Amino acid sequence: MKNYKTIVLSNQEISPGYFRMRLLTPGFSEHARPGQFLMMRVQRSLPPLLRRPFGIFRTGFMPGDCEGMEPKEYTEILYKVVGRGTSIMADLHRGDRVEVLGPLGRGFDAGDPGREKILVGGGIGLVPLYMLADSLKPAGSVRLLMGGRTRDDILAVTEFERLGVETYVSTDDGSLGEEGFVTQVLERKLTKYPRAMVYACGPMPMLDAVYRICRKHSVPLQVSLEALMACGVGACLGCVVKGAGHTEETPRYLCSCKEGPVFRAEQLEWTRLGLEDGYCEGCKS
Amino acid sequence: MQERRCTESGRPDLSVDIAGIHLKNPVMPASGTFGYGEEYAPYLDVEKIGAIVTKGLSLKPKAGNPTPRIAETISGMLNAIGLQNVGVDDFVKYKLPFLREVNTPVIANFFGNTLTEYGEVAKRLSDIPEIAGVELNISCPNVKKGGIVFGTDPAAAAEVVTLVRKNLSKPLIVKLTPNVTDITVIARAVEEAGADAISCINTLTGMAVDVNTRRPRLANRTGGLSGPAIRPVALRMVHQVVQAVKVPVIGVGGIVRPMDAIEFLIVGARAVQVGTANFVDPQAMITIIEGIEEFLIDEGLDDIDQLIGSLEL
Repeated sequence: MKNYKTIVLSNQEISPGYFRMRLLTPGFSEHARPGQFLMMRVQRSLPPLLRRPFGIFRTGFMPGDCEGMEPKEYTEILYKVVGRGTSIMADLHRGDRVEVLGPLGRGFDAGDPGREKILVGGGIGLVPLYMLADSLKPAGSVRLLMGGRTRDDILAVTEFERLGVETYVSTDDGSLGEEGFVTQVLERKLTKYPRAMVYACGPMPMLDAVYRICRKHSVPLQVSLEALMACGVGACLGCVVKGAGHTEETPRYLCSCKEGPVFRAEQLEWTRLGLEDGYCEGCKS
Repeated sequence: MQERRCTESGRPDLSVDIAGIHLKNPVMPASGTFGYGEEYAPYLDVEKIGAIVTKGLSLKPKAGNPTPRIAETISGMLNAIGLQNVGVDDFVKYKLPFLREVNTPVIANFFGNTLTEYGEVAKRLSDIPEIAGVELNISCPNVKKGGIVFGTDPAAAAEVVTLVRKNLSKPLIVKLTPNVTDITVIARAVEEAGADAISCINTLTGMAVDVNTRRPRLANRTGGLSGPAIRPVALRMVHQVVQAVKVPVIGVGGIVRPMDAIEFLIVGARAVQVGTANFVDPQAMITIIEGIEEFLIDEGLDDIDQLIGSLEL
């Protein structure tokens, strides 16, 4: 965990409204675990005031610009332009200065090696699944079910394929892959692989449907949640979610930034999770 | 007045005394923005700050408000956390061990749901030797019971301060709300009732609406506004309170940069609290401390006392 005062190495639009940003982060990758996130200070002047949370897509090394130069250690995020903060980010160029706090939060558990691994990503929710796929792949087969509204929401699938991950794409409008929800694909896969375990990240209605399907098939589920947060380190308590057993009389809140953002399904109070809790697809700011 | 001089290193003396609590410099976090200290320990040297002010403590653990609890606004943020905290007993058990090892004073912020609870928490905090002083919260805008109810009426404010004073053997700082017509009336009331110091201000009650859903952006509907957006209001109120009372005043509200803190010191605050800025930059307090020191050097001052209250009118 560190606050990096760093620079942008590259920032490209990879699909309409979706960007991939590469940041120079020496020493970051040895600490970063699949499912963790970072908080980015978009610019030094105001507004925006608060940092923005982003899932870590991957870390790596790129060769130096000239022969003999040291390779550069980088961290990559994918983000959707949805508001003021991400609009400013979309205008950043190579060499621009940003601040990054991370890696933060608890990531995914690798889980039982004997089980089939099924990853479910909805739109920008795909982000934390890449490092997970990379870490799970050596132990066996990994399948990615990727869903979006249209083909524009389907990101980075070829990069998963390059890892050797079997990918299945579905779009609501049928513009890419199968027409329909990713959860329909999940239902079929769980019928075929009853000893699977599922890892999911995406909009709350999708996670809710994934939870119900996994419960029906009695397979373990881990979800990565997105929440509004100010600090990212457990101090502000702005990002809490309802934990298992939460009621109005006996509230039980869990901190998404510190106790999450990845939770085992049984840690959460699903009957009371919902859109009114402020979840968003991607960072809605 | 005690004679002051430059420190041995030749650097200006930044130390201040707040109601008998000796601070190596006048910068501390605002309650609720720094957890119980350990959350930010990986990101800054907590021993470098003047004091640690804890998250507000209550007699029993408190779950806080439903979500969403925060919303960003222009140069500020609204929060309606609702005083979520572990409660005073778990604080002692789980949070104090970290604070005990830190070489900087600990100020415990606390509140109660009822007058009796305020007294009971004060009593328990009194028994904890590692706590240098307490900050009494009579100003949270986000809870129905306690909080702001005691802070907006001078008689109620005096009553709770009198009771706490009776149950407490430590320096008592009282944190005031800006959500009143005349903050000096409340300030004088708490001073007369036994406050050793005053911190002002807490957040300003505000609201934000999602125009797409036409719903409030906070589940609580309203929240407390903090951040740079409130600084001029806070500065004005600190200026007024400094004129109205004799006890030391701690300035709070939208301090982000060293110059912001220096403004508060010039109008007479003897110390400052940094809140929202911690979320944006975990090093903010360190930068502010260093900036104050540089300012003193640039101005040829060897003691922060020469800066405090130096406002020219």
